[in-house]
Amino acid sequence: MSKRILFNVLQVLVVMGFSPLAVGVLSRLKEIVQSKQGPSILQPYRDLWKLFSKDEVVPEESSWIFRVTPYIVFVAPIFVTLLIPVLTDYPLFWAFMADMVGAGFVLALGGFFAALAAVDTANPYGPMGASRTRMVGFLAEPIFLIVFFTVSFVADSTIPFIVQQKWVAPISNFFEPSHILLLIAFLMLILAEKGRIPVDNPSGHFELAMIEESKDLEYSGKGAALMKWGGWMKFFVLMIVFLNVLLTPWGLASTLSWGAVLLAIPLILVKILLFIVFLVFIESSLAKLRLFRISEFMSAAFVIAVIAILTSAFTQLGGR
Amino acid sequence: MQNFQNMATIMANLNALAGGLFIIAALGIVATRQVRACLKFFILQSIFLAASAFLLGASPFSIHLMAVGAINLVTKVMFLPWLLRRLLKEEVYTRREITQVVSIPTSLIIALVLTIAAYFFSLPWLKAAGMVGAPRINVPVGLAGLLLGAYTLANRREALPQLLGLLAMENGAFFAGIAIAPDLPIIVELALAFDLLILAFVVGVLTRAVHERVGTTAVGTLARLREEGQK
Repeated sequence: MSKRILFNVLQVLVVMGFSPLAVGVLSRLKEIVQSKQGPSILQPYRDLWKLFSKDEVVPEESSWIFRVTPYIVFVAPIFVTLLIPVLTDYPLFWAFMADMVGAGFVLALGGFFAALAAVDTANPYGPMGASRTRMVGFLAEPIFLIVFFTVSFVADSTIPFIVQQKWVAPISNFFEPSHILLLIAFLMLILAEKGRIPVDNPSGHFELAMIEESKDLEYSGKGAALMKWGGWMKFFVLMIVFLNVLLTPWGLASTLSWGAVLLAIPLILVKILLFIVFLVFIESSLAKLRLFRISEFMSAAFVIAVIAILTSAFTQLGGR
Repeated sequence: MQNFQNMATIMANLNALAGGLFIIAALGIVATRQVRACLKFFILQSIFLAASAFLLGASPFSIHLMAVGAINLVTKVMFLPWLLRRLLKEEVYTRREITQVVSIPTSLIIALVLTIAAYFFSLPWLKAAGMVGAPRINVPVGLAGLLLGAYTLANRREALPQLLGLLAMENGAFFAGIAIAPDLPIIVELALAFDLLILAFVVGVLTRAVHERVGTTAVGTLARLREEGQK
């Protein structure tokens, strides 16, 4: 029992420790593709160190929401980490605290508070970014729900650890059409939710075009560090869910021993590296969509998600 | 034996996957803005059709289905796009954006409703006919492809995307057909494939003529008759 608790805490440490690295590798690879040299892959750690050792300035007009938000944004992905299979393929201590819908709710809570805090300071760009994030968010909501419906329909569960087992057991499950279509829809969701390129440009700082970046403009010092780190962890957690629960449910520790669990860490990192290379490929070959074309992107994702549930419903009814 | 069963399930799943991707390609033809992307989605759709034919023809081996897949690959994936690109060069490459009657998100939703309707209507019919296995996957998908192609035909104003809609309808009919009637004589398939090429050729030449006459290929806006010489 104590081991399960320890492993669960270890998961959190892995996510906290390696999420800046993933972001660093991603931005470095993108710069290399654009034939620039780019910052070191350790740059996010240095940014965090710098921000944590700086003073914090809080706008006079802001309310308690502005002060509380960094902590919520930082803690929300940590909560979700307790629920998902990062290193092991058997349920850990806190695994049954909430299912995928609950995890999505906790992540959305962080986003909600970030949007509130952006409005709170009355900075002209904050509310604009917040309202755009909400627009993408409410377009993403039905897709999230349909994806969860499909998962629970196919795997008879919404607990991530159990869903993950579903694709492994007979290998033919992996090739179910609903599974593959689900993957496409979920990938589009990740791109939208984390403001990656067809929806938003993460490296752009042009005020009128930004969606995701404008929300933490007002933060400085520790607040900014927590907001940034929280955002990176959210990205890392979404990647882990995509890889470990849906796309590649292999290579996780299956025994309750330190050796297996520690061996799972490099395997996870390799998987994430491959995914990041794929993401760099997407980001370098597509252009950012205009704001009002985002709805087309999202409706495409929605349609794919609905077809995923259609095919699964009818293959089950058809009795093969 | 266990292994064999497993393999058959994988094949059935892959066939269903080809069906799902087939529908998505049809939706791509409905919803993309660019002529080139439309053509690419059509090629993809034909590839999935061929994949389904190969998968269905592999497990109880059927030379007919293999032939259907091969004919598809040759005519629709290689020859037809080449023909269109050659005949309608400026249409495919220089025109980037094409207009639609209904906006893209709305037409995606309509397309989704059509897909669900295809599933909804074909299932009771399949039950009544007592069909199990592959037809359960292929017939709804094929019907959806048919409806989506018809919708493309109605929704687009330009000649080339309309032609693609027509060809997508044909793809849908084939997708259902390879599961219902797997032993259609090869001569029929050959004749159909040849017909398609003639169709594409005629529409291509016609589009060129319209373009020369009127200066546009947005045939959806050509609503009035006009006598020659009268300006």
